[in-house]
Amino acid sequence: MPDSFVVGLTIAIGGLGPAIAIGLIVGKAMEAIGRNPEAASKIQTSMILGVAFAEAIAIYSLVIALVLRFT
Amino acid sequence: MANVHISISAEPIFNLGPVTITNSMLVAWLVTGLLCAFAISVSKKVKSTNKPTGLQNFIEAIIEALYGMVAGVMGERKSKQVFKYIATFFIFILLGNWIGLLPGVGSIGFIEHEEFVPLFRGATADINITLGLALTSVFLIQYIGLKNLGLGYLGKFFNFKTPITAFIGILELVAEFAKILSFAFRLFGNIFAGEVLLTVIAFLVPIIAPLPFLGLELFVGIVQALVFSMLTLVFMQIATISHAEEHH
Repeated sequence: MPDSFVVGLTIAIGGLGPAIAIGLIVGKAMEAIGRNPEAASKIQTSMILGVAFAEAIAIYSLVIALVLRFT
Repeated sequence: MANVHISISAEPIFNLGPVTITNSMLVAWLVTGLLCAFAISVSKKVKSTNKPTGLQNFIEAIIEALYGMVAGVMGERKSKQVFKYIATFFIFILLGNWIGLLPGVGSIGFIEHEEFVPLFRGATADINITLGLALTSVFLIQYIGLKNLGLGYLGKFFNFKTPITAFIGILELVAEFAKILSFAFRLFGNIFAGEVLLTVIAFLVPIIAPLPFLGLELFVGIVQALVFSMLTLVFMQIATISHAEEHH
């Protein structure tokens, strides 16, 4: 089993990019809803899809971290 | 952390000849059986009416919402071809995600070789099942592409007019295989991470504290089912557009 430090770093570094990405996506979506409140439901759907895409990258490193920790 | 039971792979529970049956497989069959029984029992009662009531109303609401989503992306004509696949993916994955949150799943089991083996495990919290779903999805995308464009669909991958198009074909081919991995890992990672989160929180603070996380996992379950079926739908839509149409 590798050092817990390595496991922690894997998810910490892996989560960094997606965190920025999700912030940008949601920020832009809020801006769009502010400009055009009638389109809120449409924007929300594509926002959640985009967030799920960005989150998937974090999930990859999470899977790696879990594999390192529990096998 | 000695008392926390977390296993990244599904545990085998018994052998059926040469085939090992794992707890995730058992739950996946259970979900399939439940869905089939439900569909059969509903289809017997369905009647043609303008005012559906009770169960029929519930089913029609789900089907209409899903059909609206598919028709919004694919258009009326093509959505008839793909609706059945998308709806099946969505309903199966949603139930597979949510069944892992039921009490008893992961906590009822038996002791084997001095180690606890749960009898049930969330269906989609197993990499083999999500990989199977991903393979089915990518295979169906190719099938829909071939059905709509004929052999012209393969021109996307094998185009030797110029070196650039040949290289793009290789990239497209790699992208198809990347889709399989990304589908499988996204679903597995989200659902398994949710189970780990719930286990750890329940271990730290057993009362009240896991409740908001259960709500979060319900939401994650529906979002992941939606993402899987939406992505399959969008990739199918892309596969049915020929190169010539794309430039207009």
